[in-house]
Amino acid sequence: MDFLKAFLVGGAICVIGQLLMDLTSYKITPAHILVSFVSAGAVLSGLGLYKPLVDFAGAGATVPLPGFGHALAQGAIEGVEEKGLLGAFAGGVEATAVGVAAAIIFGYLVAVIFNPKGE
Amino acid sequence: MASEQILNSPTLSKNDKKKAYFDLVNRNKPKPPLLRNIFWAFVIGGLISVIGQGLLILYSGQGLDEKSAGAATSATLVFAAALLTGLGVYDNIGKFAGAGSIVPITGFANSMVASALEWKREGMVFGVGAKLFAIAGPVLVYGFVTSWLIGLIAFIFKG
Repeated sequence: MDFLKAFLVGGAICVIGQLLMDLTSYKITPAHILVSFVSAGAVLSGLGLYKPLVDFAGAGATVPLPGFGHALAQGAIEGVEEKGLLGAFAGGVEATAVGVAAAIIFGYLVAVIFNPKGE
Repeated sequence: MASEQILNSPTLSKNDKKKAYFDLVNRNKPKPPLLRNIFWAFVIGGLISVIGQGLLILYSGQGLDEKSAGAATSATLVFAAALLTGLGVYDNIGKFAGAGSIVPITGFANSMVASALEWKREGMVFGVGAKLFAIAGPVLVYGFVTSWLIGLIAFIFKG
């Protein structure tokens, strides 16, 4: 049941992205989708609207990019509760540190080891 | 009938020619792939989430708390996506999966490796080092600024 919920919600969030890409101006690139989804996830999370989706769908809500925004926002809010204003700076970075560092480290290693395909 | 046959046909009236021509155009124009795109975005995005859910359960079973299990899941997915991008597999999935391969965290890792590889010939600093962040940079900028603002608002209302 967990897997079905993850599949349905994760798939649905991607469909929203696909609709934005196919039905809006050609100026909307994947980069715009990623940026707006992370920001939208953070705002929804700040309003308390994203947590219920995470409770319902688990990885279906945390694996898509709005989940990254949710982790950033919750980190910042929890940081403020623990450390005051400094927490607003540290909380989001701390909460996403593993994912961001993994992306930089693995991304760098792969880019160094492999060469571009299909020149 | 081809378009020239329609236009040169002596038996068709002007209106019939017009109708025949538009029928021809409608038959031959590419079908809008919207439904197909939505289907594959849903299936691939859903499957990546299901893999994430499996990893989440696996890591939770290893005794990791909820946050650590989530972080380990992200790191694993990012590693897999970076490797598959290097092998040229991820971009083949992306050709039909569209947003299904872009919106998950794996798409974030893919965007980093893909642009770094593309610009590798520019060197290790301005090529690989800089272009890793061609798309990831804006994502991190807007993500950090938005979450900082939310933290600031939380601080003001807490005070």
